[in-house]
Amino acid sequence: MNRYPLWKNLLILGVILASLLLAWPNLYSQDPSIEITAARGAEVTEASVGEVRAALENAGVPVKGIEVREGGKLLIRFAASSDQLKGQEAIERSLSARYRTALTLSADLPGWMRAIGLKPMNLGLDLRGGIHVVIDVDMDAALDQALERNLGDVRTQLRDKKIRYQTVTREGARILIKFNDAESRDAGAKALSREFQDLTVQTSQDGDQYLVQASLPETEQQKIKDFALEQNITTLRNRVNALGIAEPSIARQGERRIVVQLPGAQDPGRLKEILGATATLEYRLVDTEGSVADAVAGRVPVGSKLYYERDGKPILLKRRVIVTGDQITDASAGFDGQSGSPAVFVNLDGQGARRMRDVTTENVGKPMAVVFIENRTTTETVDSKPVKTTRKVEEVFSVATIREPFGSRFQTTGLDSSNEAHNTALLLRSGALAAPIQIVEERTIGPSLGQDNIDQGLFSVLIGLGLVVIFMGIYYRVFGMIANLVLLLNLVMIVAVLGALGATLTMPGIAGMVLTIGMAVDANVLIFERIREEIRIGNSPQASIAAGYNKALSSIIDANVTTLIAAVMLFSFGTGPVKGFAVTLTIGLLTSMFTAITCSRAAINLLYGNKRLKTLPV
Amino acid sequence: MIAIKLPNLDFLSQRYRALVFSGVIIGVSLLSLAVLGLNRGLDFTGGTLIEVGYKAPMDLAEVRTALSEGGFGNVMVQQFGTTRDVLLRIPPVGEVNDAELSQRVLHALNEAAPDQVELRRVEFVGPQVGKELAEQSGLAVLFSVIGILIYVAMRFEWRFSVGAVVATLHDAIVTLGVFSLLQIDFDLNVLAAVLTVIGYSLNDTIVLFDRVRENFRKVRKGTVLEIMNQSVNETMSRTIITAGTVFLVVVALYLFGGESLRGFSLALIIGVVSGTYSTIYIASAAAVMLGVSRADLLRTPKEAEADGRP
Repeated sequence: MNRYPLWKNLLILGVILASLLLAWPNLYSQDPSIEITAARGAEVTEASVGEVRAALENAGVPVKGIEVREGGKLLIRFAASSDQLKGQEAIERSLSARYRTALTLSADLPGWMRAIGLKPMNLGLDLRGGIHVVIDVDMDAALDQALERNLGDVRTQLRDKKIRYQTVTREGARILIKFNDAESRDAGAKALSREFQDLTVQTSQDGDQYLVQASLPETEQQKIKDFALEQNITTLRNRVNALGIAEPSIARQGERRIVVQLPGAQDPGRLKEILGATATLEYRLVDTEGSVADAVAGRVPVGSKLYYERDGKPILLKRRVIVTGDQITDASAGFDGQSGSPAVFVNLDGQGARRMRDVTTENVGKPMAVVFIENRTTTETVDSKPVKTTRKVEEVFSVATIREPFGSRFQTTGLDSSNEAHNTALLLRSGALAAPIQIVEERTIGPSLGQDNIDQGLFSVLIGLGLVVIFMGIYYRVFGMIANLVLLLNLVMIVAVLGALGATLTMPGIAGMVLTIGMAVDANVLIFERIREEIRIGNSPQASIAAGYNKALSSIIDANVTTLIAAVMLFSFGTGPVKGFAVTLTIGLLTSMFTAITCSRAAINLLYGNKRLKTLPV
Repeated sequence: MIAIKLPNLDFLSQRYRALVFSGVIIGVSLLSLAVLGLNRGLDFTGGTLIEVGYKAPMDLAEVRTALSEGGFGNVMVQQFGTTRDVLLRIPPVGEVNDAELSQRVLHALNEAAPDQVELRRVEFVGPQVGKELAEQSGLAVLFSVIGILIYVAMRFEWRFSVGAVVATLHDAIVTLGVFSLLQIDFDLNVLAAVLTVIGYSLNDTIVLFDRVRENFRKVRKGTVLEIMNQSVNETMSRTIITAGTVFLVVVALYLFGGESLRGFSLALIIGVVSGTYSTIYIASAAAVMLGVSRADLLRTPKEAEADGRP
């Protein structure tokens, strides 16, 4: 007799019910929607619903429904994504002063389902449309900046300590300090290693020159890189939030990359405009002693560098950087309390404030400049072929006189208009990137292609499933129908697990599902063929069932483990879409072992386990 | 009961003929890979790909004119799926990342046919990223083969694992060979398919070897060749049915899954056919030729019993 103990049957039943429940939300339609939140100083209330509805009616945009969500949000559902775009336009036009809109995709779930936290699978960008970009952070530039900052500090420190040195220069990734004699060198090295704990200080001698080399140790470099990446992510998040996308995802990828995903976004141009302004800022003192004319002719004074202002006027600035953009914590436009003229208020972090105070105290009455550094890609035609070069553009965009020493918060006046103040503040704030960035990969999927992908994907799943179901039913009869049943259960479980893990379904993911359908029946084919063999050699039906399952087990496990190895490798080395494929394949392999071995056995046991049989419908 | 009635065929007597046949196919595949190479897709070469949909069927010549007027002479234009969908490919220029290129191209197309063009897809891969993807993919293939080899070597005798790996490499090379000969785009999705083929082909081979091992222990009479043949015949109906169902679904995927999965499903179709053939003719033949004997498998029955497996 073939029987499972009660607990085993109950466990299987429990798993099946849980899977059905978890997979349930996927049956509801995912509506293109607009999420509305209140702008600063406004509120979303019941009255807002009427307002929004009226605005949409005026514009002639059909609405599927409006819901008030917790957290002061409104959700407007549309039947088509074209309505969604028109709707956003209408709301922006008439109500943009008080409300912010964001495009999203929202499943039309009943309230109780949302209350217990059930969610449908996330659809990947290739299925719902959207933009995926990978951004590379220029780590060399980040390290360069850190070294430059240290270079200036080293000079100051030696001067403060009254240690005589010949020169302080940069050689590649090291700071090289030359001394006249061993005594001052050792004093210098001692002072530096005490003051600069994040620098490695080494002494050496070359002829009659006494040298100290300072460099950033590996751990410190790593810290700087990590910081640059984190800082960039934060800044990007602020910039991207301005785009009006409901669930932007900005995540670190590896050592120096950032992945930005904007589901539902449809205009990569706007994103690039925002990302394209990859800028850093530097505050520097103006060199008032050196001759600008000499510098233009090529004789730049030591310790200074030639820059140009926006109108093309040359200007000499000190090489030493006072504060860089990443030390600016906030910048806002306003009006000067005394004169009432437009001003920009800048906040610095602790380290930046200290340096700013030190420098401004020494230099009251002297001019200070803000340098704006941008990475620009230009196209030039060489030999009738376009050649693209990335160029670093450095521009002085404001020069102001230091009136008094200032610290963590200061204001810049002398701006032409409040508009200019506003733009400057914006630049200062969003320009606070620690290192230049560049887009190295982009994948944009238009909404119509996304919909096509879903339709075609679902269709091929259904066709594949249908063919297999028909074949199995004809070939293995009742046992075949049991195989079909567990195959369907397998699909439900894949969907349930994907939803529960919060994994994302992509087009290759659908392909993985289709493939799983084909491979999942293999386990049942192995078992059923074994059962047939056992019957052929004259064993009783009950014994054949047991032997079939037992003997096929080792083959099934071996076969699945090998495919699993390939899937795991795909997951660990693959990116984006390939990962999606690997995830569904892996989940599919695991669930198929459960359904094809355990669940099919349970069904067969329940049907035939207690009967005296002469033949088996296999 | 419907069952495929299969005569008891002497598969292994054909092993030299099969070897010549496979040798020729592998030779052609390798030659093609060496001479023509793979038509590496955007993922590996870097560059820009733009898919646009027109409202009405569009003449490619018009698109080309629009592009060359906009100053994009180096764009490859082709139809994609329907006459309304057009695919543009722009090769990478040196080591430069130009993410804005797609915007300018779209602008040029919009100028030529206002309100007609809809952006369906943009893929831009920087040259550095392309190199990295190619490298990582190579590693993925290498490590899966090594991982699978180790697993098979642990579960079976070494001659079997060599046989399994030879059969698997056979399928991978044939699949790549077809892609090379027909110069079909080889992108990340196809690579994923090739890895799946590797997994599938092994799956098939292992089921056969499992049976061979079992028969060596059970059947006391008979030569190595006879037992091998018997095992191939016993697993034959399963091999055909599984290959058949997988074949059905990948053909469904090929026909109805849309353009973006065509390369992927084609690789699987080739892999399934080749995998079934190689399981029968290559894997077991290789093990026989390496001189596998009953003693090799009987040495470790305890271990197998300890596993609780027959």
